Amino acid sequence: MITDTIVAISTPIGEGAIGIVRMSGPESFEILDAILKTNQSKLNHRELVYGHIIKDEKIIDEVMAVKMYAPKTYTKENMVEINCHGGILSVKEVLALCIIKGARLAEKGEFTQRAFLNGRIDLAQAESIMDLISAKTKTGFSVAMNQLDGVLSRKIKSIRNQLIATMAQIEVGIDYPEEDIEEITYQQIIDELIVVKDTLNQMLANAENGKIIREGLKTAIIGKPNVGKSSLMNALLKDSRAIVTEIAGTTRDLIEEFMNIGGIPIKLIDTAGIRETADIVEKIGVERSKAAFNEADLIIFMLNASEALTDEDLMLMSLVKDRHALVIINKTDLEIVIDEAYINSHFEDKIVIRTSLELEQGIEDVEKSIQEIVFGKQFEINNDEIVSNSRHIALLNLAYKNIVDAIHASNDRMPYDFIEVDIKDSITHLGHITGEAVEKDLLNSIFSNFCLGK
Amino acid sequence: MVRTYDAGQFDCIVVGAGHAGVEAALASARMGVKTLVLSINLDSIAMMPCNPSIGGTGKGHLVKEIDALGGEMGLNIDRSFVQSKMLNSSKGPAVHSLRAQADKNKYHTEMKRVLENTDNLYVKQGEVKELLIEDHVVKGVVTQTGARYLSKVVILATGTYLGSKIFIGDAILSSGPNGLSGSYDLVNNMQSHQFNLRRFKTGTPARIDARTLDYDEMEIQWGDKNYELFSFMNDHIELDELPCWLTYTNKNTHEVILSNLDKSGLFTGTIEGTGPRYCPSIETKLIRFTDKERHQLFIEPEGRDTHEMYVQGMSTSMSEDVQLAFMRTIPGLKRCEIMRPAYAIEYDCIDPLDLTLTLEVKSVQNLFSAGQFNGTSGYEEAAAQGIIAGINAALKVKEEPPFILDRSEAYIGVLIDDLVTKGTDEPYRMMTSRSEYRLLLRQDNADKRLTEKSYQIGLATEERYNRFKEKMQSIDVEMTRISTTTLKADHVNPILELLQIPTIVHGIKIIDLLKRPEIHYSHLTEIDASRPLDLAIDVMKQVEVSVKYEGYIKKQLAQVEKFKALEEKLIPEGIVYSSVDNLRLEARQKLDEIRPSSIGQASRISGVSPADISVLLVYIEQLKRKNND
Repeated sequence: MITDTIVAISTPIGEGAIGIVRMSGPESFEILDAILKTNQSKLNHRELVYGHIIKDEKIIDEVMAVKMYAPKTYTKENMVEINCHGGILSVKEVLALCIIKGARLAEKGEFTQRAFLNGRIDLAQAESIMDLISAKTKTGFSVAMNQLDGVLSRKIKSIRNQLIATMAQIEVGIDYPEEDIEEITYQQIIDELIVVKDTLNQMLANAENGKIIREGLKTAIIGKPNVGKSSLMNALLKDSRAIVTEIAGTTRDLIEEFMNIGGIPIKLIDTAGIRETADIVEKIGVERSKAAFNEADLIIFMLNASEALTDEDLMLMSLVKDRHALVIINKTDLEIVIDEAYINSHFEDKIVIRTSLELEQGIEDVEKSIQEIVFGKQFEINNDEIVSNSRHIALLNLAYKNIVDAIHASNDRMPYDFIEVDIKDSITHLGHITGEAVEKDLLNSIFSNFCLGK
Repeated sequence: MVRTYDAGQFDCIVVGAGHAGVEAALASARMGVKTLVLSINLDSIAMMPCNPSIGGTGKGHLVKEIDALGGEMGLNIDRSFVQSKMLNSSKGPAVHSLRAQADKNKYHTEMKRVLENTDNLYVKQGEVKELLIEDHVVKGVVTQTGARYLSKVVILATGTYLGSKIFIGDAILSSGPNGLSGSYDLVNNMQSHQFNLRRFKTGTPARIDARTLDYDEMEIQWGDKNYELFSFMNDHIELDELPCWLTYTNKNTHEVILSNLDKSGLFTGTIEGTGPRYCPSIETKLIRFTDKERHQLFIEPEGRDTHEMYVQGMSTSMSEDVQLAFMRTIPGLKRCEIMRPAYAIEYDCIDPLDLTLTLEVKSVQNLFSAGQFNGTSGYEEAAAQGIIAGINAALKVKEEPPFILDRSEAYIGVLIDDLVTKGTDEPYRMMTSRSEYRLLLRQDNADKRLTEKSYQIGLATEERYNRFKEKMQSIDVEMTRISTTTLKADHVNPILELLQIPTIVHGIKIIDLLKRPEIHYSHLTEIDASRPLDLAIDVMKQVEVSVKYEGYIKKQLAQVEKFKALEEKLIPEGIVYSSVDNLRLEARQKLDEIRPSSIGQASRISGVSPADISVLLVYIEQLKRKNND
């Protein structure tokens, strides 16, 4: 709250040649010193220095950094600014690194709030901060959860529950030493923690590639059956840096893939179709497709060049008209039957391109067009989402480190109550992602799993 | 109508002389405040109606803290114990927990003697039927016999007596614990003052005759040979130890119980009160944990001058005949005679959210409350609240600032903060896992944490304070000695070899040696030539813990520092939450109900989000600036 160090990306994401990561609070200098490698031995007040941001002995970015000493700063606290290269990846990584080293992601308006609480700005300005904060409050508690994908949150919850179960076993031995309950051994603790450690490690490895954290531009591919939606998806995947897992499918589930196109993280959703249907199973698929379509930031609308426009095409065209969309006329290798002039006039404010996925033609155009739409400021990427994902990665990292420490302490045969401190911290960090507190869960776990009492 | 008469004027009146009441009365009187303690029956002062022991995990910590503050519980159990054991001694120092078996009668008579011999303290038998409250300020009490006592403050410590009902099978009796009379008129009186009363439930197992037990069929349980004492004031007390016995239930026992469930008050729906999850009755255990083939029972003596034995693990509300039937299926108990049957007891208590951190009732000024009445269970939890209520009542009389221990200072702080900030929906029991700074709140350093504070407010005696100072000084001296004394490698290596850990080449400072997990003070006795002969065990323990676990302790200290910053950010008392527009409705209601005293406390209220706290911080700063303009 007011005692910790906050960090944020203070420039619009994905735009401009540089991006600035800003920190404020008692540990800002310490954190900068831990991540910045520079020839300068001491950073003076307001002196901009050149250096590299280092993570695990690897250079993440070449930066200019500055320390500003309290109280002569905006917040009247110690502050740091790191000028990174623009684009999303580098700024994001620097941000995540600051969080791993102990900073907390700033809430909206929090730098200004501190400035006010520390007597820097006047009352009138404070009114606008209150509005800013309350705008966030009104959206409720579960913001953190909403931004999490279902699969990921389930996974984190299950890890957290595993840890709570381990902790309950340790705790029951401590708080009920005379009960007829077999006490957990060091080896059991280590075994249970190693499973958690491996899972966290794997999630982190995936997260680094932008695979598991469900972030990026939600992009839905729509079009009637056999228009080439899956082919487009595969073609883009083949070309992009990251190849990813498929969400485990029930009937007619959507297929989601994550990729990186020209520095833009993209979550690509292949929809099942949006037409009316009587088939119950298909109906579920259609409902999901509609939801995906409605939530998407960007639509890729595909048409078949070798067929005349159908009613379904026309229905989709009207749906797409008011959205950010890229229109693709596919199958240009076949005889062209479609009314291109009509399409161009209907979508006069949109980019319309031709592809033949069969002949692998036009894929570069698709990528270029996506970039053009995004960087052409047709709309903004949702900053919040990207940033909050960096926060998730950082929290996962902290949770992982706690577990490593706990395993270490177990190997050293430290008393259980010390090992438990690390496990509890890990549970707390995971809880910050899912929005859950430790104590109640622990007691529930103890009393529902063990028979205790006089 | 009973005629009332003026029976006298006091500064402080304590209603009830159980474990909460006696600590409250003693603290108040010892701080120089003229105090009256009223008990329904003077023969039930500091009565132990349930288990014959004091301490245990978490609870032992509370007793040590009460002692460090200058309370009586630790001293009194040291006078009356028959066996003592340090639980968790194989685990880390933070969870070592002392527990002593008590001679119940001696515990009572010794405590009564202390009360009777305390200056400023008046001990009287009487049942309070009415609280005198005018304009939301308490003025005194009236007893059943018409005595009207006036006072500046009143402390309620009614335990399980208030509106109490006893259940033994289908027998439902209006009675207090242990056959003593309950207190019923006071309930009506409190309701007329709009107290938010609710019902909790607890229970106690049967007492059986020691002459009817077969000891060959049970396992004998002794305490520690080198036992520790509870009070920091005591060095050693000779003990003629009594054993406990261990036995188990079996299939037959379970069959008898399960086929008679219709005779348990718990399952026939006659009991409405909420019971604690951590001490379920035997029938609840059988139903909830069906695959458990046996449940352990400890048979514990109730004292030296009685044959009564307590059957720990056998709490039940079954009828008397069923109790006897299932107990007689148990090895060692096959021909047992019941002296007192097990029972469940239901009683009225308040929602602790209606209290402040000083344990004052929010809606009635100068009225404090402590113990089971506040929704807790256990002698130790009661006593801990008693001493804090007593201290704050006395400070209020003396018009001095309140005394509040926070979560980083004491388990007592955790207990009270949990109660008044989070509330509880079952009788609250202390457990070490409830503390977030467990490594700092050890039972061995309670004096270091609290004695100075208590001395400052005039409770801890000069004698206690001097003893404490001496100990702290010895710790400092010893710390310096081990940081500057180097032991030679050829002296140290034989010990390391014996312990099968890597040897050293050069000399090593004692402090660095003690940092190794495997090495303790006792290993070094032979080679540590400069160690003073009279170095107290207590001192060695303190030094070793702070050296060995330095890293972890530092980590927690850093957390405490952040915690404190928020605790010190106070919320103005008269704040009108409904006028803080940007707070969410739920947060506004919760804050208004609990009225936290600091930002730290506010942040622990369930339903108050970090964003709400942000709003609150800005609002408070705005207020402050407007007031300065």
